[in-house]
Amino acid sequence: MGLNLEGISPAEQQELERNVLVTSLEQVKGWARSNSLWPLSFGLACCAIEMMGTGGSHYDFDRFGVIFRGSPRHADVMMVAGTVTKKMAPLLRRLYEQMPEPKWVIAIGVCATAGGPYVNSYSVVKGVDQIVPVDVYIPGCPPSPAAIIYGVNKLQEKIRYEAKTGKKVPIENV
Amino acid sequence: MSEETKASSPKQPLLDQYVKLITEKVGETAIKEAYINEVNSHMPSFIIDKELWHDVALLIRDNENMQFDYLMNLSGVDYESYMEAAYFFYSYTRDEYLAIKVQTERDGGSVPTVMDVWPTADWHEREAYDLLGIGFTGREISRILLPDDWVGYPLRKDYKPYDEEV
Repeated sequence: MGLNLEGISPAEQQELERNVLVTSLEQVKGWARSNSLWPLSFGLACCAIEMMGTGGSHYDFDRFGVIFRGSPRHADVMMVAGTVTKKMAPLLRRLYEQMPEPKWVIAIGVCATAGGPYVNSYSVVKGVDQIVPVDVYIPGCPPSPAAIIYGVNKLQEKIRYEAKTGKKVPIENV
Repeated sequence: MSEETKASSPKQPLLDQYVKLITEKVGETAIKEAYINEVNSHMPSFIIDKELWHDVALLIRDNENMQFDYLMNLSGVDYESYMEAAYFFYSYTRDEYLAIKVQTERDGGSVPTVMDVWPTADWHEREAYDLLGIGFTGREISRILLPDDWVGYPLRKDYKPYDEEV
């Protein structure tokens, strides 16, 4: 999210120097929400190892306000990391429903995105978007911590964009 | 398998001894086939009649010349015309291996449980029931890996997943 500093009038400049910003409440909420994404750590397979690595000190998820929670009641975003089996699917749906609004879902890796290498298996759900609405897909098998951070950045961008424009699909993307 | 290779197997005397024991203690009809599995370290192998399998199971665990106290593996196989339960045993006291195969029909077929003989069989039998639909009589049985409301047995050769092309 860029901050447009061009075309500022002298009156606005004066306000800025007094640290006064004018914005809408929705955008403040979007700014706050996007910088404190508490994920429900839904680690199901090897992607979870990468997710844990991203949470560790080297990549340090905390600096983006991403702090893993053990309870869906605390969580804003569900990070589905790994293969979702048909036996697991109802539990995943229930945990999603237990999360308070507003909530988002990130599908980490090709298994959560579309079934991945197990797409022909009888027991695997072919994409977690068949059960819950997904906001960001991170490809990779498994995706590297850098890719996961990029995915989280994309979600932050989306939250701020939707705060600005309202939840809608842009015409050019339809 | 030629007679020559059979005679050359180091386990042949052992197999003959087992055959004699089972025939004497359980019955003439218990053994459908007895052979040496050369490619698998000359493992003595039997195909046992399913009606007499439980009696044979008790014999091979308890007889002092058998003493197969450890059920290493139990798996089901779909041969398309019939189903088979394959058991692999080890004897800690004798350091010997043994394979037992029990055949049953494909539709609604079942074999007697050996859960009371080797408690390990519990989960293995549930797995064979879950994925291949082999029934086990003389015990409570339910699915172990798949959800309870699953329809069909996915490891059967003719199984078609309902969302194959998704």
